[in-house]
Amino acid sequence: MFAIRATNLKKQYEGRPPVEAVRGLDLAVEVGECFGLLGPNGAGKTTTIEILEGLLTATSGDVEILGLRWGRDDQAIRERIGISLQETKLAEKLTVRETLELFRSFYAQGIEPAAAMQQVSLEEKQNTWVAKLSGGQRQRLAVACALVGDPELLFLDEPTTGLDPQSRRQLWDIIRDFGRQGRTVLLTTHYMDEAERLCNRVAIVNAGQVIALGTPRELIASLGGEQVIEFSLQRTDAHAVPAETFAGLPAVQAARQEAHHYSLSVSEAHVTLPALLATLEAHGLAMANLTTRHASLEDVFVHLTGRHINEEAAS
Amino acid sequence: MKQSALPANRPWSRRPLVQIVLSRAREFYREPEAVFWVYGFPLLMVVALGIAFRNQPERPIAVDVVASAQGEVAQTALENNQRFQVRVADLAACRERLRLGKTDLVVISAAGEAQRYDYWFDPGRPESALARSAVDDALQRAAGRTDPVPTGDQQMTDPGGRYIDFLVPGLLGMSLMGGGLWGVGFVTVDMRIRKLLKRLLATPMRKSDFLAGIMLSRLLFMIPEVLVLLVFARLAFGVRNQGHTLSLLVLVLLGAFSFSGLGLLVASRAKTLEAVSGLMNLVMLPMWVLSGIFFSPERFPAAAQPFIRALPLTQLIDATRAVMLEGASLAAQAGNVVALAAWGLISFLLALKLFRWN
Ligand SMILES: Nc1ncnc2c1ncn2[C@@H]1O[C@H](COP(=O)(O)OP(=O)(O)O)[C@@H](O)[C@H]1O
Ligand SMILES: [Mg+2]
Repeated sequence: MFAIRATNLKKQYEGRPPVEAVRGLDLAVEVGECFGLLGPNGAGKTTTIEILEGLLTATSGDVEILGLRWGRDDQAIRERIGISLQETKLAEKLTVRETLELFRSFYAQGIEPAAAMQQVSLEEKQNTWVAKLSGGQRQRLAVACALVGDPELLFLDEPTTGLDPQSRRQLWDIIRDFGRQGRTVLLTTHYMDEAERLCNRVAIVNAGQVIALGTPRELIASLGGEQVIEFSLQRTDAHAVPAETFAGLPAVQAARQEAHHYSLSVSEAHVTLPALLATLEAHGLAMANLTTRHASLEDVFVHLTGRHINEEAAS
Repeated sequence: MKQSALPANRPWSRRPLVQIVLSRAREFYREPEAVFWVYGFPLLMVVALGIAFRNQPERPIAVDVVASAQGEVAQTALENNQRFQVRVADLAACRERLRLGKTDLVVISAAGEAQRYDYWFDPGRPESALARSAVDDALQRAAGRTDPVPTGDQQMTDPGGRYIDFLVPGLLGMSLMGGGLWGVGFVTVDMRIRKLLKRLLATPMRKSDFLAGIMLSRLLFMIPEVLVLLVFARLAFGVRNQGHTLSLLVLVLLGAFSFSGLGLLVASRAKTLEAVSGLMNLVMLPMWVLSGIFFSPERFPAAAQPFIRALPLTQLIDATRAVMLEGASLAAQAGNVVALAAWGLISFLLALKLFRWN
């Protein structure tokens, strides 16, 4: 049983030039899954999720939500989904409780506003104006507005973007609690750690297409090496050393160079390291710093596209 | 699976329309500036206009007499009359004062042996033209003219017949128009900019509930606004409603309905506050000019009348004046009433069709 099915979804925004935001995207999210769309800014995540939410119409393609279809069962779908947009400014001069009462009134069935407040830990703020809430509290209120209709399916567009670590963890807990009730979540994010920790399955989206799909573990395993060795060289001006120099070392699955920085995907770091040191010595090169770590979804993205998900953060 | 409950089973506080109106009302009354502009502004307007057009004791007529031997005769003749405030100065000074509007009229006496006055005035200023004939009368009588027929004066100051009585229905219409269009238009576009409309679209809320809620809340805000205006006009200027209170109430609600519907229509697609302001001015300008807020629209050419009559503000002010000044019944104003209701209803339905949620 699928909660969401999308086939060959395409969306072109009119304009000069027209923007092809989504280019043939397929998606099948099972009931009870927490599914993540992971991708950089401009990948088409918001466009995709808004098509699924019935807020945008696709240029072409087919969408099925809880076995229902937009254009035919709109009201029925809306009764059963909850959403939080990438950015919504709720009414500033309403209190938390009043905002939830308003949203609750739209649904035939739902939970009590007090229960929604409790789920997002905003009981103490129930009489506070939205204007006086912190970023994290606002985001939790946005999620509470999505929960108050007692949805089977929750859509969250970048629920933790711009929040401090503590607020992000609070939201993860809320989302996990929702998932524990056997309900479905589709969220978008450009944070690897979020996708890795929260999602049962992840679709990596780039330029309007799904370029990889699977559990975080599967995706990382697909690199061939679950560990990453990173190092740079002293006196890099001497002569550029191509990354291929290291590609043939034992247990190395892939080697990449970025500026003066090398990154090796390896299956067994303890096998590669001695060989690496020997190679450097043979070339008369000295290592400036060295780290080894477990591979992450970031490495998967870099492996697939040659770019980092958050270009600005990585540079 | 959830079973759907009929909306009718919900307690009143869980009805979308009620919640939308409540939310709007809370937001409105928690915004002191907005409250001031909505309630304070029409009041300031009545006060200012009331003072400007109050039935004041006649203003003295300022007359400058150019200094000369013959001028003294004129000066004496005019100073005997309370209506005139006389000053004597040389020609250049008098002329400058007339140019600056500090005096209404300059009297120049001919220097020769034949008695003669020349009046210097500004025909474009009513008080200047008035001064010319009043001064001429006074000087002619002083020189010995007698009037063949005796005359007497009576002043029209009955309630209902003064300018302020005419003005209040006009201001009432104007504030209903402004409140309806600005109030609904700005709030709606602001919600669109903040993506709140898009968020609401994602809920099962009925679109008609939302639009009706916005209109209804505006209607509610206007009741105190109109009340303040009418009570003040009554206390300060003795302006009374000659017709039925209920008739007036119906007209006020109808006006509020019609203009908030128009506000929704104007705001139905605008994406920015600038765009909606421009559109709103475009819609309101013809009505400000033509609908007879300050003077009767009958002064415009006959060819323009069908167009002027078709404007909702004309219909509202016309009907309100008929009720307030002549004590007319609503039935007698059926044409205006039906036309006004049609404006509101058609605007609402069109807005529902055209409305852009994101
Ligand atoms: N309303 C729009 N009109 C034109 N282009 C748009 C519009 N919305 C988004 N885009 C473009 O479509 C692409 C995908 O955007 P979006 O779906 O917002 O990506 P993401 O959410 O992954 O950051 C981007 O190139 C963006 O600039
Ligand atoms: Mg986005």
